[in-house]
Amino acid sequence: MALLEVRDLSVVFQRKGEEPFAAVDGVSFDVAPGQTVGLVGESGCGKSVTSMAIMGLLPKRGNKVTGSVKFEDTELLTLSDRQMRDRRGRDLGMVFQDPLSSLNPVIPIGLQVTEVLERHRDMSRKKAMVEAADLLNKVGIPDPRRRLTEYPHQLSGGMRQRALIAIALACKPRLLIADEPTTALDVTIQAQILALLADLVRDTDTALIMITHDLGVVAGLCDEVNVLYAGRVVERGSRHDLFAVPRHPYTHGLLASIPRLDAPKGERLSPIRGSVMDNIPWTSGCAFAPRCPNATDVCVEVTPTMESDPVGARNSERLLRCHNPVAQEVPA
Amino acid sequence: MSTRTEKIDALAKKAGHIGDDPGVSLTAAAWRRLRRNPVFLTGGVIVMAFVVLAILSPFIAPHDPAVPMLGDQVIKARNQIPPSQPGHPLGGDQVGRDLLSRLLVGSQQTLLVGVLATLIGLTGGLVLGTLAGALGGWVDTVVMRAVDIMLSIPGLLLAVSIGALFARPNIYTLIVAVATVQIPVFARLLRGTMLAQRHSDHVLAARALGVKPRAIVFRHMLPNSLGPVIVQSTLVLAISIIEAAGLSFLGLGNPDDRTPEWGQMLGTAQNVIDSHPQLAFWPAGCIIVVALGFTLMGESLREALDPKSRR
Repeated sequence: MALLEVRDLSVVFQRKGEEPFAAVDGVSFDVAPGQTVGLVGESGCGKSVTSMAIMGLLPKRGNKVTGSVKFEDTELLTLSDRQMRDRRGRDLGMVFQDPLSSLNPVIPIGLQVTEVLERHRDMSRKKAMVEAADLLNKVGIPDPRRRLTEYPHQLSGGMRQRALIAIALACKPRLLIADEPTTALDVTIQAQILALLADLVRDTDTALIMITHDLGVVAGLCDEVNVLYAGRVVERGSRHDLFAVPRHPYTHGLLASIPRLDAPKGERLSPIRGSVMDNIPWTSGCAFAPRCPNATDVCVEVTPTMESDPVGARNSERLLRCHNPVAQEVPA
Repeated sequence: MSTRTEKIDALAKKAGHIGDDPGVSLTAAAWRRLRRNPVFLTGGVIVMAFVVLAILSPFIAPHDPAVPMLGDQVIKARNQIPPSQPGHPLGGDQVGRDLLSRLLVGSQQTLLVGVLATLIGLTGGLVLGTLAGALGGWVDTVVMRAVDIMLSIPGLLLAVSIGALFARPNIYTLIVAVATVQIPVFARLLRGTMLAQRHSDHVLAARALGVKPRAIVFRHMLPNSLGPVIVQSTLVLAISIIEAAGLSFLGLGNPDDRTPEWGQMLGTAQNVIDSHPQLAFWPAGCIIVVALGFTLMGESLREALDPKSRR
């Protein structure tokens, strides 16, 4: 039973005097408790907009959200502002990309943790402070009592991200959305933060949506992966299947472009040609067609639909949106 | 025996003092930088001296500023202005009142005008700027167009017009006139920084936690927007002192010249400025020095609080 059901979610940006632009186009996926689902794609493919739409954080004006986001049989998209506000932070948590700018620079860490406790759990400041120290301890911040009195700029990057995770987890949300939580951190800290998130999912049965452009993060953390391109899910599969048998040329290209330590000396990286902006806005056909090595006339004319892909399914269901998928490779 | 390890320790110790120690807030870090800034110290000393003198002036003034002690000299010498003499180092004014005492006690009025006008302007600006910046939409449009209209009128002209609205000008109508001119300045400044805050990551993060709008405005947006406003208020202190002097000079201040005020002293000195420039020189000098003190302080405060000019 899925905790979160996203069905046919679309976000269209509408500005006066401009063509409406679909930043997210018919995205569907499920997240179950204790499951980590990855949304993967390059900049501008609609990852963050999807998460903002789920959280109800998109500006009221200038965009149209359609489809359905069901959280335990509650339709989130039709909730009032007030109802949604009561849910955010309590049922739905979110961790942002840049830990420094996501913390209020003029308020000590402690007050930022207790704020959400006081808001959703009706705790007194005193009780919340005790709880806050406990939370910081849980996310691996040493000497939490002292840290509570400090300001964000006094913490290291990793500690700030830990603090943000502590704040997001303060009310034990059942769904946590992590929007590129490791992008602003260096590699050793990234690994620590990812391990922390993995532990949380396992210990508390939290559902986690991991938004990232880093395939390494996906490989380390996600159970199921959705690859997004230009606002659409183009391929879905379990982590193992997706990495073993990439079927969409975009996924294949992403994996092929990763530098490898075991590549022969002097071998060049193989990037994906062009950029995601090349074909925006497109009217028909596959958005990836202009950059796709397999593209044919059909790709430009007919929009591919999301269909079951038995070829790529090794130990889970696979979905694919492609006319000319990458030929099946021999599993290693 | 100066060993390498000692040298390294010394270097490390020195390096440890660069940058901000842990345990200091942004304001504490700014204060640390300010303490060593000669410009700030100069301004600070001037302002401190001015405030202390204003408070103590009734006790340290050598004579009563309202009593024409040298009045007989004025009458005897056919309206001659008493020159500097023992007991009256700066001489007297047109009716024989001790000039030094009038200058000292006059600082009280100047301080009162400067502080009250700034406070009123700041309060009005905070209310309007917060409304516009926090609510946005039509409230923002209405408030900001009103602010634009006020800003389109030259400051002194607006102050003169407002001052002239009152049938009986006194020190408080003067304050209201000067303060009103500053309200749109503060409002626009605060609204701008509030708007920037509204789209900042930490406000988005707070919204993602379900924090209520009121708490977002007062706990997250407003405190982060106050820096430029605080700096502006030190500069406005200087501006309002000058503008108040200007209005008094034009006769829109307190008409009762028994309570001395620098701008008003300057105004009455203009008839005799050819023959007795000292009557204009001293109050004008006081205004300049005090305004300079506040400006120096405000400028260095701005630099210290501006994250872009830091380090």
